[in-house]
Amino acid sequence: MCAELWNDTFGKFHPASAPDYLPVPQLRLLQLQRLQAVVLRAYDYVELFRERMGQIGLLPRDLETLGDLRLLPFTVKNDLRDTYPFGLFASPMQEIVRLHASSGTTGRPIVVAYTREDVEVWTSAMVRTFAAAGLHQGDIVQNAYGYGLFTGGLGAHYGAEALGATVIPISGGNADRQIMLMKDFGSTAICCTPSYFIHLIERAGEMGIDMKDLPLRVGVFGAEPWSESMRQYIQANSGVEAFDIYGLSEITGPGVGAECTEHDGLHIFEDHFYPEIIDPETGEVLADGQEGELVLTTLSKKAMPLIRYRTRDITRLYTEVCPCGRTVRRIARIGRRSDDMFIIRGINVFPSQVENALLQMGGTLPHYQIVLTRDKGLDEMEVQVEVTPEIFSDSVSVMESLNERVINVLEQTLNLRVGVRLVAPHTIQRSEGKAKRVIDERKI
Amino acid sequence: MKLHQLSVFLENKPGQLKAVCQTLADAHLNILTMTLADAKEFGIVRLILHDWERARSVLETAGFVANITEVLALEVPDRPGGLADVLAAVEELGLNVEYIYAFTFGRSDKAVIIFRFNDPDAALEGLKSRGVNVIGGIELLARAEK
Repeated sequence: MCAELWNDTFGKFHPASAPDYLPVPQLRLLQLQRLQAVVLRAYDYVELFRERMGQIGLLPRDLETLGDLRLLPFTVKNDLRDTYPFGLFASPMQEIVRLHASSGTTGRPIVVAYTREDVEVWTSAMVRTFAAAGLHQGDIVQNAYGYGLFTGGLGAHYGAEALGATVIPISGGNADRQIMLMKDFGSTAICCTPSYFIHLIERAGEMGIDMKDLPLRVGVFGAEPWSESMRQYIQANSGVEAFDIYGLSEITGPGVGAECTEHDGLHIFEDHFYPEIIDPETGEVLADGQEGELVLTTLSKKAMPLIRYRTRDITRLYTEVCPCGRTVRRIARIGRRSDDMFIIRGINVFPSQVENALLQMGGTLPHYQIVLTRDKGLDEMEVQVEVTPEIFSDSVSVMESLNERVINVLEQTLNLRVGVRLVAPHTIQRSEGKAKRVIDERKI
Repeated sequence: MKLHQLSVFLENKPGQLKAVCQTLADAHLNILTMTLADAKEFGIVRLILHDWERARSVLETAGFVANITEVLALEVPDRPGGLADVLAAVEELGLNVEYIYAFTFGRSDKAVIIFRFNDPDAALEGLKSRGVNVIGGIELLARAEK
């Protein structure tokens, strides 16, 4: 079926999107049934959940309403590290068809697992993501998210294929080739980080190509925070309609939530991912509409269910119904976090990872600061390190190899080549109390 | 006969070298000679001063990072081949030179060059046995004041 005919027949609606429009009472009932099932599964098969519930004398059958979810303990990122690699799996390896991992602060990555059914749920969530962005069979999707252990590449790939679109699995990097294929293959949609797409717009301009002249019409951007002004810039300079998506590997990967054409908040596919907003200090659940930390429970996960996982992302749940007709609730786009993690080129970075690398310079931890800048859409990270008597040497080559060592250690942990600059002592500003480690000069 | 050289870290930004010199000037410390090593992102200024201990403490109090390395001041005949002869001795002794730099003064027929060897003690002993004149701090100061 050609794209035009598909459009005429179904409009923007894709059959996989049906759960987006469930009547709310039916959606809540479905959520409760799935919640009871997933808590039972976690309790039966995962020691950590059984122990934590046991400590407060809670049994799976005590969950009688969705509101009872707040009785359950939180799960945090460190729980995934502490149980590395397979301690949170609720399925035997015979049933697990995929493992993904992300970098960890202490060298221990976060591992996530999927059964065949989990991959299908994830894929359906990505189909719903693309459908919400108005994509359909006949579209040519250039997938510039990185393929590999990172969930972005394969998540978008499976979703776009299942949607019926044509996928170009180009992965990240090599801007000139991205632009060449975009032009020659006539890509109608692209998936990547928003900052990388701005880089592509600017590089295309240098190559004498105006993206507005290309068939590209939709951009599905995520894996890093971005702003309304970046959307305006992207849309004005590329002619592409820019959609924000939300996801995290621990929960499934990309496809936890996505914008519709209203561009006002991201719909959470809450038949699979149940959202709560809590006060990050007290852990108390906040009413819809109030700003706090997003907590997610995987309602359908088999291989690795997570109960009340603290995302550390600060947002709020909308109380208004979306004009697009979807009944699944929306969250506001993520602007900040309740911890010190930051995202650069789609990679999550904690200052503690930088500290570990700096300790390799020998001696005690020098005073340091991370400066984030954006040049032509590309994020740059520079670590400024104050030279101490311990690390200072009269030999230029010793000092340079010291620099190189930090760069290499950071590259190994973060998969990202960053700049390291040695600065004079006492030149980095000291703040009272907690040191301000990250200076973000990016205009997000 | 070894000299104490004071090395100071310089961040790569305007005014850093001046700040070092001003700090020394304010403490009435005279620089006998100096050289600047520059890398891509930073620099190291190496200084020979008579009162290097006080210079170090003054600079550290002012917030600079400094350390001390031992160097040798070698007298070199001021004629074509003068330095080549000294270097021939260095080569025969199997000494490893990290860097050298010259003094700004000298007697009309002699130049003085600062050598940084990775093993200053071996270099001192070897060069003296080859008849190379290694100049000490007092002598250096006397020459500088001429």
